Parts: sequence; C-alpha cells; structure tokens
Amino acid sequence: MHRLPLKLSLVAAYNLVLLILGSEPALAQTTVDSVFRWDRLNAMILLVVFSVVILLYIKWAKEGKPLFLRKIPGLEAVEEAVGRATEMGRPVLFIPGIQELDEIETIAGVSILGRVAKITAQYETPLMVPVRYPLVLAAGQEVVEQAYTEMGKHDAYSKDMVRYVAGEQFAFAATVNGIMVRERPAANIFMGVFAAESLLLAETGNAAGSIQIAGTARPEQLPFFIAACDYTLMGEELYAASAYLSHEPLMLGGLKGQDLIKILIVIFIVVGVILVTLGIGDTFYGWFDLGN
Amino acid sequence: MRRVAPVIIAFLSGFVTVISFCFNPDKTVLGGIEPRVLSWVTIVGGFTLLLGVVSITRVNWQAVHRKKEGWPYKFLTLVAMYVMAVPAMLPSSWSPLFGDAEGSIYDWLFMHIDAPMMGTMFAMLAFYIASAAYRAFRARNPESTLLLAAAVLVMLWRVPMGEAFLRLFGENVPGFINTYLMNGVNAAVQRGIVIGAALGAASMSLRIMLGIERTYMGKG
Repeated sequence: MHRLPLKLSLVAAYNLVLLILGSEPALAQTTVDSVFRWDRLNAMILLVVFSVVILLYIKWAKEGKPLFLRKIPGLEAVEEAVGRATEMGRPVLFIPGIQELDEIETIAGVSILGRVAKITAQYETPLMVPVRYPLVLAAGQEVVEQAYTEMGKHDAYSKDMVRYVAGEQFAFAATVNGIMVRERPAANIFMGVFAAESLLLAETGNAAGSIQIAGTARPEQLPFFIAACDYTLMGEELYAASAYLSHEPLMLGGLKGQDLIKILIVIFIVVGVILVTLGIGDTFYGWFDLGN
Repeated sequence: MRRVAPVIIAFLSGFVTVISFCFNPDKTVLGGIEPRVLSWVTIVGGFTLLLGVVSITRVNWQAVHRKKEGWPYKFLTLVAMYVMAVPAMLPSSWSPLFGDAEGSIYDWLFMHIDAPMMGTMFAMLAFYIASAAYRAFRARNPESTLLLAAAVLVMLWRVPMGEAFLRLFGENVPGFINTYLMNGVNAAVQRGIVIGAALGAASMSLRIMLGIERTYMGKG
C-alpha cells in the first residue's frame, strides 16, 4: 500500500539529482508514461520555496517583527479621493474590472472594494459599483454589505450600490460612461482586469473631472491608465492593495515574502544572462523549462 | 462554521488545481481536474445570470416608477433587454422568429442593432486615444520629452509611409527601433511587470488558500 508513494519519492529524488546535474533527457523520457509530470518538478520546487518564504514572513509578522513597506501613492490617495467625494457631495464609482470571478485580478478588485467600502461607509459617501458578471455582483454585494455592517453603518447600505449593468463589453463601457457623465462621481476607482474599454472609461472620467485611481496587471492596458488617470497601480501593486489598505501584519508579511522571491528571481536572471553570454547556460536554462 | 467552511473549500480547490499542474491528465484523474473545476465557474455563472436580470430590472424599474431624471432611457433599457431575451428563450419549434437561429428576432436584433453599436463604441476608441496621447506626449520635462520622441519613432515605424520616411535617414533605422525600443526597452519593462504581477497573483492565491485574505467572501 505504501510502495507507490515510496517509489514516487525515490524517482522524484533521482530525477531531482539528474535535474541538478543537467540531464534533461532523463526527465523528458519519464514524462509520457508516468503519472507525475517530472518535467514540471522544477515548477513544484519553485512553488514550495515560494510558499515557504511567504509563510515564514507571515509567521514573523505574526510574532510582531517590524516590516518596512514602501509607500504606494495610488493607495495613499484612495482615502483622499473618498474624502474629496464627501466634501463635494458626490459619489465614488468603483469598477472591479470586466472579467468573471475566476480571474485572480477580479478577486483582488473585489477585495479592494471591501476596503474602499469601509472608507465610504465611514464618511457616509455614496458608492456605485457597476459590474459585468452576475457572480461578481453577488460577491460585490456581500463584500460591500459586510463593510458597511463592520463600520456600524448598515442602514446606509443599499443592495443597489452594486449593480449589474450589462454583459457585453462595450455595452458595459457605454453604461459606465453614461453614469460618469450624468452622476459626475468625484472619484473613479478601476481595479481588476480591463481590456479595450480601459481608455474609454478613463478618458470619460478624466473629462468629467473625477480624481481617478486605476490598477491592473495587464501590461497592455497600463499605458492607457497612466495617460488618463491620476494614480495607477501597476501589476503586483494591484494584488498588494488589499493587504496594504488593511494594515494587518499577517497580510503585510505575505508582501515582504514576495519581495524576497523577487530578489531571488533577479539573481537568477543575472546569473542566467552571464552563463548564456559565456555559452554555458543551457543546463541552467533547462532548470526553468516547464516542458509542454 | 460559516467562516471556516468557505476557507476549507477555497484551500482544497486551490491546492488540487495547483497540484494537478504536475500530474499527467492521461494517466490520472487529478491531472485533468483543472479544466473540470474551471467549467464549474461557467455552470454557476449561468445560474447566477438571473441575479443580473433581477438587478437590472430592480434598479431601472425604480427609476421609471419614481420618474427620476432620464427615466425614459431606463424604460428603453428594460424594453430592450426583455424584447431581446424573451423571444430567444422560446422554442424555435413554435415559430421561426423564436430561438437564436438565423432569421429569429434575437438574430435580427443582434446583427442589426447590437453588433453595430458595439462596433461604434470600439471605433470611438481612436478619438479617445488621440486625446489621451495629446496629454501624455507633451514635452514638459526631460522624461516626457524622451517619451514623446520614443512614441513618435514607434508610431512612424508602425505605418508603411512612416517606415519609408525613416528609411530616408538610414536603411537600419526601422530595425533599430524594433530591436532596441520594442524588443529591448519595451519588452524588458513589460516582462518586469509580468513577473511582478505573477508573483503578486501567486502570493494573493496563497493568502486566499490559507484564509488570511477573506475580504472577497463578504459575510463568509
């Protein structure tokens, strides 16, 4: 009964040694017939290392070790934007992207919505959240209601703060543009996945005079947001936003762990560039090849 | 239990999906579990569509009922939604106008109203790009001047007439832009962003799997 895991462990260890020694064909041969994808063992090892580092930092954060985090101006501006909306008596418009809830960026957007909703609840500022998918609608309504309840402002919560507007990409963009022009929100916050409609939304908001904060991990949409918004969260900053706004040490620990992995990646890139330039980098390159 | 159960489900779903990446789909069920789990999203999403219909109806009907500013447009939204959706849901065996086949009401509305309107919205993007580019490419300081110069070179390189113009300054000028600006500086920056985003996504996934990040669950 215990033979199979033992055998797998031995084969894994054997292949790991072969991998380190640079014998890639041995791994490739085992791929076709074996249950385990040995050619992806490197990904598994990286994942384990990554998880261990993150968990270590979370543990240190739990123990109360001080963690330095650089300031992210876009997130510092969130409270300022909501404050401005409160002073002007105008609403805050939050868009958690245009993709379904199975996208991690959308989950990040919904998490940030929870933090923003707490601020709007605190200031009693109207909040509008148009969404494109019913699942995001359900999650958004739950998150906003919870935020208002936690701030003791459940009476100020309305189910229609988060509303489904359209399933089509450009119908959604047209509706949101209409809201921006008619309701004139003082602050527009775009957090999540955006595609061709990113500039349509951000330019309209800019023309309407709203303070705009955007965040996306799509590099092709970033230039549009940078051109039309006051603050833009780029790539990883989007995923860091919820943790950053929460100020919870447990969440911030994960961010520090991420930074250490980035340093490791930079070291690997530099070593790889040097080895490949010297013409002896094939084995090193093979370590990071995921196969098909 | 209301708080613990979703965390356990999130952990198991995430863990199994990650692990399945390293298993052979032809040899074990675990290897093919990822697309199967992802297809559940589509199924659940289909059922929740009703929530969307209820939301649109409630928000717009309230505006119509209370005669709020712009209520005729809200009324038109409701009419458009139901006129398009209801005939599409009726069986085509009742009438060729029902269902979503060619010649149905749904098909006619989609081809003659929906698609052209979507195309119009997309086409308007050109004007938005022009106005955003005008603001972004103003030479206010050395950095923005550098951006302006790079943008002009790339825009010229992207169109045949511009490329021909650039060749007047040297046969290798378009190749220089491609090699150094696009595949050099631009690709390096984009990869940096992608690597950072991938790490951020992995870190956030871990926080969700471990139940540290629970904001997205709401009342959970």
